[in-house]
Amino acid sequence: MSDQTTEQAPVGESNVPHPTDEAGIQGAVDAALAAIQAAGDLNELKEARLAHTGEKSALSLANRQIGKLDKTQKAVAGKLVGGARGRVNKALAARTTVLEEAEAARILVEETVDVTAAARRRSVGARHPLSVLQDRVSDIFVGMGWEIAEGPEVESEWFNFDALNFKPDHPAREMQDTFFVEPADAHLVLRTHTSPVQVRSMLERDVPVYVLCPGRTFRTDELDATHTPVFHQFEGLAVDKGLTMADLRGTLEHFARQMFGAEAQIRLRPAYFPFTEPSAELDIWHPGAKGGPRWIEWGGCGMINPNVLRAAGIDPEEYSGFAFGMGIERTLMFRNDVPDMHDMIEGDIRFSQHFGMEI
Amino acid sequence: MRIPLSWLREYAQVPADASAEDVMADLVKVGLEEEDVHRPSDELSGPIVVGQVISLEKEVASNGKTINWCQVRVVPKGAEQTLTGKGIDPSGVQGIVCGAHNFVEGDKVVVTLPGAVLPGDFKISPRKTYGHTSAGMIASSRELGIGEDHDGIMVLSKLGLDPELGTDVFELFGLDDQAAEINVTPDRGYCFSIRGVAREYALATGTSFTDPASIVTVSEATEAGHEVVLRDEAPIYGVPGCTRFVTREVTGINPSLPTPRWMASRLQLAGMRSISLVVDISNYVMLELGAPLHFYDADKLAGAITVRRANAGEKLVTLDAKERELSVEDLLITDESGAIGIAGVMGGAATEVSDSTSRVLIEAAHFDTVSIGRSRRRHKLPSEASKRFERGVDPRIMQIAAQRAVDLLVQLAGGTETTKATDAGQIPADTQIQLPAGFAGALIGVDYTDEQTITALEGIGASVEQNAEGFLVTAPSWRPDLDIKEDLVEEVARVVGYDKIPATLPVAPPGRGLTRAQSQRRRLLQGLADAGLTEVLNYPFVSEAQNSTFGAAQAGTEVKAISLANPISKEFRFLRTSLLPGLLETARRNIGRGFRDLALYEGGLVFLPGTQLGSSVLPPLGEKPSDEVLAELLNGVPNQPWHLAAVLTGREASAAAGFAPRAWDWADALDAAHCAADVLGVELEVAQGSHQAFHPGRVAVLKVSGQVVGYAGELHPQLLKDQDLPARTVAMELNAAALMAAAPAVVVAQQHLSAQPLATQDVALVVDQDVVAGDVLAALREGAGELLEDIALFDVYQGQGIEDGKKSLAFGLRFRAADRTLTADEASEARAAAVAAATEKFGASQR
Repeated sequence: MSDQTTEQAPVGESNVPHPTDEAGIQGAVDAALAAIQAAGDLNELKEARLAHTGEKSALSLANRQIGKLDKTQKAVAGKLVGGARGRVNKALAARTTVLEEAEAARILVEETVDVTAAARRRSVGARHPLSVLQDRVSDIFVGMGWEIAEGPEVESEWFNFDALNFKPDHPAREMQDTFFVEPADAHLVLRTHTSPVQVRSMLERDVPVYVLCPGRTFRTDELDATHTPVFHQFEGLAVDKGLTMADLRGTLEHFARQMFGAEAQIRLRPAYFPFTEPSAELDIWHPGAKGGPRWIEWGGCGMINPNVLRAAGIDPEEYSGFAFGMGIERTLMFRNDVPDMHDMIEGDIRFSQHFGMEI
Repeated sequence: MRIPLSWLREYAQVPADASAEDVMADLVKVGLEEEDVHRPSDELSGPIVVGQVISLEKEVASNGKTINWCQVRVVPKGAEQTLTGKGIDPSGVQGIVCGAHNFVEGDKVVVTLPGAVLPGDFKISPRKTYGHTSAGMIASSRELGIGEDHDGIMVLSKLGLDPELGTDVFELFGLDDQAAEINVTPDRGYCFSIRGVAREYALATGTSFTDPASIVTVSEATEAGHEVVLRDEAPIYGVPGCTRFVTREVTGINPSLPTPRWMASRLQLAGMRSISLVVDISNYVMLELGAPLHFYDADKLAGAITVRRANAGEKLVTLDAKERELSVEDLLITDESGAIGIAGVMGGAATEVSDSTSRVLIEAAHFDTVSIGRSRRRHKLPSEASKRFERGVDPRIMQIAAQRAVDLLVQLAGGTETTKATDAGQIPADTQIQLPAGFAGALIGVDYTDEQTITALEGIGASVEQNAEGFLVTAPSWRPDLDIKEDLVEEVARVVGYDKIPATLPVAPPGRGLTRAQSQRRRLLQGLADAGLTEVLNYPFVSEAQNSTFGAAQAGTEVKAISLANPISKEFRFLRTSLLPGLLETARRNIGRGFRDLALYEGGLVFLPGTQLGSSVLPPLGEKPSDEVLAELLNGVPNQPWHLAAVLTGREASAAAGFAPRAWDWADALDAAHCAADVLGVELEVAQGSHQAFHPGRVAVLKVSGQVVGYAGELHPQLLKDQDLPARTVAMELNAAALMAAAPAVVVAQQHLSAQPLATQDVALVVDQDVVAGDVLAALREGAGELLEDIALFDVYQGQGIEDGKKSLAFGLRFRAADRTLTADEASEARAAAVAAATEKFGASQR
């Protein structure tokens, strides 16, 4: 829009002060300053600007008359009118800044939203806590220089039992309710523990061997609050010269503290496993256990039975070793207070999503 | 094993005030794990006393039933004031209504007084019934929870008891006793006895122990006993089925005598039923000494006893009245009539002791652990006897156990000991183990002194001889598990205490971190989670139909899968060849719970049997198989590649105010696959695919270097309908193992990134409808030459202005030179070259 089109009604010559009329000029300035000050927004300010500084405003018209004056008067009038216009323009600029800031503030206020009404735009993904815990355990041992080893879930019976010193008719072999693959003479099973990876690891590597074997295991248990036919374990194995049960204890203690905090303690109780001698049950003193600190049965461990070393071609007179194994579900249950096994295996998205990427 | 404390106290120094919990806390130190506590008093409380029926009036009630209105004295005459305040009438006589009729005036009975609580939270209080106020109850043994008998109330004289009136029944019946239940590991058969546990308790507490075997005096046999022949033509692993068979005979037994309350109480606390005095004695000796006995009614035996393997087709009716077909591997006890028992597992019905038995033949035998275990499994007959035989019974206890049974039959059942005895077979040689000096200390990390070592080993019952090399140890006869020097180390370590083992941290050789495959798997799993998918872990058990639908791209292709001999469910007896059945099942479960917008994924093994499934060889334990045998074993293990799969259904998020989420479609499935490939730095080749589980027009086959690694797209509408899943559910599955293997070992950087200005050119090409965009894009890329930095399809159009059967594809091309600003002419030339290539290949024309 041009100034022309919005120009105010013509200002009568009579209202135009003479450019040397000091009082008249001051009157025009006062009127202009009053109008500028009275403008409540940028539109009103624009009107005031046009009225008081436009081509037909009193000050502009007075300015135009200066040219017609004689030299002496010209100098006086020029100074008077120029000063007057300067004061008005300065006021205009100041008022513009104020009103622009107010306008910006008003827009920001108007744009206010209800942040509590925001919807989640993307579904956040999640790892399964068993998977995350498995990684966490692996990282602790990797940090100690151990390797992570894996093996097949359908496993040769020899690796699952015989190589681990389970005699064919020993009750211990029956204790682990085994899924057998058809036909029986294929001698394949769904591994009942991660221990067969022990033997594979020893066969694949040269001693010393320090490996952790996490993975899926299977037993013919019906699913209930504390059992599931498909579960996860991790198994640790160390074979070296001169390893002792004290080394086993130290390793487990270090691990327990990484998992459960500096106050965690462990307790070994005599036990029986075909693949270790001596054998122990491992209890953990869990300071954060629900219902107060207490001993919780965590897993089994012991010094590797010489027959297991022999099965892997390692001379038990030269080397010794220790092994330990724990259930990941069980660890998650008491570490993170999961009340029921069903939650871990049903794949209900609420379970994983509650944990997100961390446990 | 449940250990009544009163019984344990006979042979071990258990403090009088020790509870079952205290005892278990001690036993756990030596390796007997705590299981449970059993206390009859937990279910039974309040005043329960001995009373005498002083009068009894029979009344016929309105319902036709005859009841007894009894006056029962519960306080001795003259002592009435001693029992005030216990719900007892000041006269010391309670009026009680009783419906049983097996007693008469003068009988002493068990009276539960007001305030008593019986099992099942049955509270006794005075109550109006049959026109009287009945101030208590006269109890049967079942009401007290101490027996099965509910034919009438307990008449104490029939149990051989004549206690004072007012006697506390808890004390009288041993109901204040308690039992510690412990878990016995398979190597510790001897702990299935009071004898074994008492020894362990002494070891755990450093107190003394009396061996119950040591206080039995075996009478000298002066007469040949029952003839016994031991035969075994087919020993298992070369071990004869029966190595020793001792018999004794007791005559003149009075079968009507009751089991004394102390014995019944201990048996019950130990978890066994009280059956009859004779049977109870046999069980009592078994629990005390760990030797299962069998009692025959000697009058029912037909001639000599032969222990032998069963003949083909032989049958036996066992004690539980079931006829059993015997296997030629079963070890039998036979007489001249045939089989009279499955050795060590269950006796036969024909020679069973009964309430008319007066002459008992006692069998105390030693059987092979493996033979008993197999028979027990074959006949599904777990028994107290087989449990002990399978773990090994002390071969030296036979005479002693038989004598203990004789003594109890004489003492309690009115029997007469005879001097007839048989002792067939022999005691196996003792096991001797050399324990090198310092070996225990070196394996455990504790410097055991010689004295500690000797004390520990003698404590478990071994004899120890110190020699130049260390210790020559003779294992106790009840410890068949002690075989190698490491076994002795465990004994020393546990007796001295596992809590004495210090903690030292061994240092592993410098590590290498995760393997490449391990970190790749992690990144894949994390990558999909980061992309908004949720990881689930499904069982690998599927049906044949699921495998044939998802396991092969083309319908009708045979899918080889592994099946289980003993699955949880017969239908789902196969191992998965695809992850999708499990994911779809989980999706359905979530939808059923009200979660309809899902993006699920799983990484896991699938099972693909090759030509060789397993191996018939099963090498022996304790030695490394030859390389050939090992290769045979390893080759028999089926291929189990790691797959990664995803299922998406519903929308990308839940709808909400001001937000309309997009529904997942086929391209999202493809996108998930790309996401996985990108994580590994592998480029997926995408082409129109065909897979029976997918929509025929909306599935991509995914390849790496020309090799198929998976499929992605919309699942077949009919399949979704059949499986009750939402329409437009999409999925992808990748053989992630193959994808991982294709990942570059080293990613080589791009050449120096050009900062020269970009020149963009668009082109719209009209092609036949069945030409796929990917191919046109590839042709454009090839034709454009090396100035082309990137190219993308940004529009597909059909309709007005485009001939029927054709479509317009619009591509954006980005050109950049490494060293200069491209001129408009250069960019246009490159574009023209690209178009020319597409035109040549697909007859594309510019729109």
